[in-house]
Amino acid sequence: MFQIQISTSINGDDTEFSCEPDETLLDVLRDRLGMTGSKEGCGTGDCGACSVVVDGRLVCACLMLGAEAQGREIETIEGMADGTELHPLQQKFLDHAALQCGVCTPGFLVAAKSLLERNDNPTEEEVRYWLAGNLCRCTGYDKIVRAVLDTAKDMRKPAKAKKPAARKRVKA
Amino acid sequence: MQYHAPATVKDAVKLLAASKGSTQVLAGGTDLLVRMRSGFSEPDNIIDIKRISPMCKIARDGKGFAIGAAVSSAEMSENPALAKAWPGVVEAAALIGSTQIQGRATIAGNLCNASPAADSVPAMVAAGAKALIRGPKGKRQVAVEKICKGPGKTVLKKGELVEAILLPAKPARTGDAYLRFIPRTEMDIAVAGAGVCLTLDAKGVCTAARVSLGAIAPTVLLVNKAAQALVGTKVDDDALDALAKACSAAARPIDDKRGTKEFRIHIAGVLARRAAIIARDRALGKS
Repeated sequence: MFQIQISTSINGDDTEFSCEPDETLLDVLRDRLGMTGSKEGCGTGDCGACSVVVDGRLVCACLMLGAEAQGREIETIEGMADGTELHPLQQKFLDHAALQCGVCTPGFLVAAKSLLERNDNPTEEEVRYWLAGNLCRCTGYDKIVRAVLDTAKDMRKPAKAKKPAARKRVKA
Repeated sequence: MQYHAPATVKDAVKLLAASKGSTQVLAGGTDLLVRMRSGFSEPDNIIDIKRISPMCKIARDGKGFAIGAAVSSAEMSENPALAKAWPGVVEAAALIGSTQIQGRATIAGNLCNASPAADSVPAMVAAGAKALIRGPKGKRQVAVEKICKGPGKTVLKKGELVEAILLPAKPARTGDAYLRFIPRTEMDIAVAGAGVCLTLDAKGVCTAARVSLGAIAPTVLLVNKAAQALVGTKVDDDALDALAKACSAAARPIDDKRGTKEFRIHIAGVLARRAAIIARDRALGKS
């Protein structure tokens, strides 16, 4: 098979790659570009471990061909931290111990960031629905949901004068 | 395999008509890529329609809507005019998969994938939607219920593709709804589904109705007898009972891991009844 030449933008960097016509974006990211943060859990769009953002839309990289990336703007987990400074969501995932084995974590982070960019004050239900396509076999989701809600709360603070946060989690 | 990304519908049709071997149209890819990966589909050609700008848009078509074949479910949900006019169709499309899937999956793809359990199809059938088909001989419109011949099979001929889904102008006092049953709250395939669209007169008497069932036959069914159970009534309990009975009578499902025949026959009536109540309340402007 002849390879297709693709020019795209990944995390703001102009990127060129060649790929087979039937190669997924996930395979391109991992095997051709060495960006192994996006994970392959199922390869069928069920687990969300390969979540990336394409032109502002959250998608599974396993359900998109590399060839489709031509001229698109792609954001992956590798673009989330600013150098050594973690994104607030990454920090909150650590603070809340919202991960164990870590395979699902990049997908959850990318998906949660996409949610908070659209809705800075989601309800717990909204967080759970938005993240329903991200599967975790370790944590049981509660800590992840708490980390996302806590991040949203912190990120809203500068914009609105809020009552002093007296909240401390009691429930385990 | 060759990957093509034409910029016009005309070019897409040319490619489809001239292609040798098996050819697949790629819209959202949420079914096609899974099939390719599992080895069920090994196309020689893929024609990606997402570079065809009119197919990526929702257009007001007179008082109705033309939903381009590459429009994702998420884009449908984000269109307030569409969601207001045809909430049943938009809600059905919004039931398909996760946020990630919503960002890619299309109702034209859901139709052409021809699964009997496709969630958006019964809703489209109830709404009286048509598929706008483009091929080497030009355009034709086909009622959505006539597109699928059986699981995985459509009436599309060589060189043809669905360009858009056409939703009609909605008459006054009309409501639509789609409900499905799955064993959990989200992320599953319908065990059975029912779509209802009905129109009431000023006195609340039903003057027109369309009732459809999914996942209870090899294709989505338009159940005229169920619609007749509503017409001429105020969609009261007696009419709803007759509707449910007609739906259960029309269902001819299989037993599989998702549900038994018996259960599907029963639930088809239950879902149609509940969907009719929602559609009626929407027609009355209650919700």
